[in-house]
Amino acid sequence: MIGLTHYLVISAALFSLGIMCVLTRKNAVSVLMGIELILNSANLNLVAFSRFTSGNLDGQVFAVFTIIVAAAEVAVALAIVLSMYRMLRSVNLDRADTLKG
Amino acid sequence: MNANLVSQILFYFFAVLTVGSAAVVVFSRSLIYSIFGLLFTFFGVAALYVFLGADFLAATQMVIYVGGVLVLLLFGVMLTHKLYNLDLKTETFQFVPALLLIVAVFGVLLLAMTRATWFSGGVRPPEPTTAEIGKMFMREYILPFEVASVFLLVALIGAAMIVRRRAQ
Repeated sequence: MIGLTHYLVISAALFSLGIMCVLTRKNAVSVLMGIELILNSANLNLVAFSRFTSGNLDGQVFAVFTIIVAAAEVAVALAIVLSMYRMLRSVNLDRADTLKG
Repeated sequence: MNANLVSQILFYFFAVLTVGSAAVVVFSRSLIYSIFGLLFTFFGVAALYVFLGADFLAATQMVIYVGGVLVLLLFGVMLTHKLYNLDLKTETFQFVPALLLIVAVFGVLLLAMTRATWFSGGVRPPEPTTAEIGKMFMREYILPFEVASVFLLVALIGAAMIVRRRAQ
């Protein structure tokens, strides 16, 4: 029978892959994709716990808020990436080192 | 074949689809492959929401992630590269240390999840959730709901301000 642990394992795999994406990519848009993976894994955990341990819908409501924040985050982050591209002609994150002393 | 077995096979299919396409997102050299991997990951997570009895969230996932976030990311890729350059490659660095780190993180998470005894307060029967979520938004969660709507407006105005060309 499919239980809570199955969903937790999938979510842990998604989280680890998202961390991997954030750590290894140089392209700013790829890093954003990793962040989306991490947010999805957190959401999957919220919904799974809402179904298997509480019996009410609080976890699902919280997941809706997470989706709202993720949508706003990707809009603002892409605006920042576009303006970085306009300034540096590149989306390589190593090039954005203006603040480095 | 009984229904339980079919549902288990479907669950494992969507689990493999989700994790496998997430691996494509991370390990593919081409940005376009990464984006399509992300599409299938979002789709797989929506299917897992259906398995969890969260019909409203599954629909929301399809509309917002597949219809919104993915299109935005595609715009981001297309606007920051030469449009006709089809082999959009991205570099990776620190590959081996990152791999070791995530194997360690995954191991620790797995250990914690399988060792813990989770409180189980009864499984919710699979029934429609949309009406109840709507009522919760209008009752207990009315303040976070309003704050979230203002937050979305602020984020949109902020994004438009950041990308606006400065008047010379």
